Amino acid sequence: MYTQALNNLEAVTDVEDAGRNAAFQARVDNEYKIEPNDWMPEGYRKTLVRQISQHAHSEIVGMLPEGNWITRAPTLKRKAALLAKVQDEGGHGLYLYSAAETLGASREELNEQLLSGKAKYSSIFNYPTLTWADIGAIGWLVDGAAIMNQIPLCRCSFGPYSRAMIRICKEESFHQRQGYELLLTMCKSSQEQKDMVQDALNRWWWPSLMMFGPSDKDSQHSAQSMAWKIKRFSNDELRQKFVDATVPQAHYLGLTIPDEDLKFDEETGHWEYGEIDWSEFARVLKGDGPCNRQRMKARRKAHEDGAWVREAALAHAEKKKARKAQKAA
Amino acid sequence: MNEKTTPLWEVFIRSRNGMAHRHCGSVHAADAEMALQAARDVYTRRGEGLSIWVVPSAEIVASDPGAKDMMFEPTGTKIYRHPTFYEIPEEVGNM
Ligand SMILES: [Fe+2]
Ligand SMILES: [Fe+2]
Repeated sequence: MYTQALNNLEAVTDVEDAGRNAAFQARVDNEYKIEPNDWMPEGYRKTLVRQISQHAHSEIVGMLPEGNWITRAPTLKRKAALLAKVQDEGGHGLYLYSAAETLGASREELNEQLLSGKAKYSSIFNYPTLTWADIGAIGWLVDGAAIMNQIPLCRCSFGPYSRAMIRICKEESFHQRQGYELLLTMCKSSQEQKDMVQDALNRWWWPSLMMFGPSDKDSQHSAQSMAWKIKRFSNDELRQKFVDATVPQAHYLGLTIPDEDLKFDEETGHWEYGEIDWSEFARVLKGDGPCNRQRMKARRKAHEDGAWVREAALAHAEKKKARKAQKAA
Repeated sequence: MNEKTTPLWEVFIRSRNGMAHRHCGSVHAADAEMALQAARDVYTRRGEGLSIWVVPSAEIVASDPGAKDMMFEPTGTKIYRHPTFYEIPEEVGNM
């Protein structure tokens, strides 16, 4: 976007780099926003393309688990809300692809990386949505975790990413609230429905905590991302914020967090939580979660089924252009 | 991947009556008509707009950020372009 012709992609020599790097870091330190055509270190560009596109892929794949329930929503009101939410997630994916493209990546290339399995997306979307309560749990927990993660990204040093995040954050609040309200309604209706909500919490709690990524002691890219002001808080800091905000909300619903080690620390004012099963996280990231294959299959099918539409649209556009040129001649 | 690429369009939206169109992002579309529809769906789901412009991204010409100083610095010294450069006695009143 803007003018890609100006996006300076050729490699720069190390000597030149040192001076430019220092000037770049000084701008970042002073909270200047970096714009697509500004000089930036190759590592900064690569990190952002990887992070923004992964974020975009997550929004797109994230439409699948919820899309699963649109036709089975219990009322018209819930159906309209879910449809609007899933449509928002599609929009979020598009804002983010558009931000990644300002760095010189093409949409086709990014899409190809997702479909070939080369690019990752958030592990959370590889879990199944077994009951209607899962739709509420996703809004409350998954969107809730996403909000924690995304609010600091609104201040990211890269202008287009930061602006996309501001737009997204404005829309996320509805997602979380509709989910929580849905669960509240179920918890108040009958014991059977409340049990369903508890079961959903039992299945979504730990995967939601994993959304914040590996624990700080195992996190590879954090220090550099912090220095570049792409990241503002560590994984564990954000995870703690999420736990502190969410535990009281679970109690309000009358639910039990599925963690025997969970306890409130009077001194620090934080909820201490138990050990996360990192082997599960690694397994799901590697492609062995409950729904990884299903999700990729659905994305590939959507892309292949849409091929004729893209072809026809381009052919139609070319025909129209030719007809116009003929008329003018 | 030997599929043809779908052109990129920049999207500008007038959010309220009396406001200028403002850049808000981009969309891919085969032609202008589809670009307008996509821009409506992507960028105005909550009444954010009264009017949309779409412009082929390739048609935008931008100034070079590397030449920023040469381009904009000269106005920095032209302080006589600002009202505060001129002294008017207080008795004259607001001007
Ligand atoms: Fe989203
Ligand atoms: Fe969301």
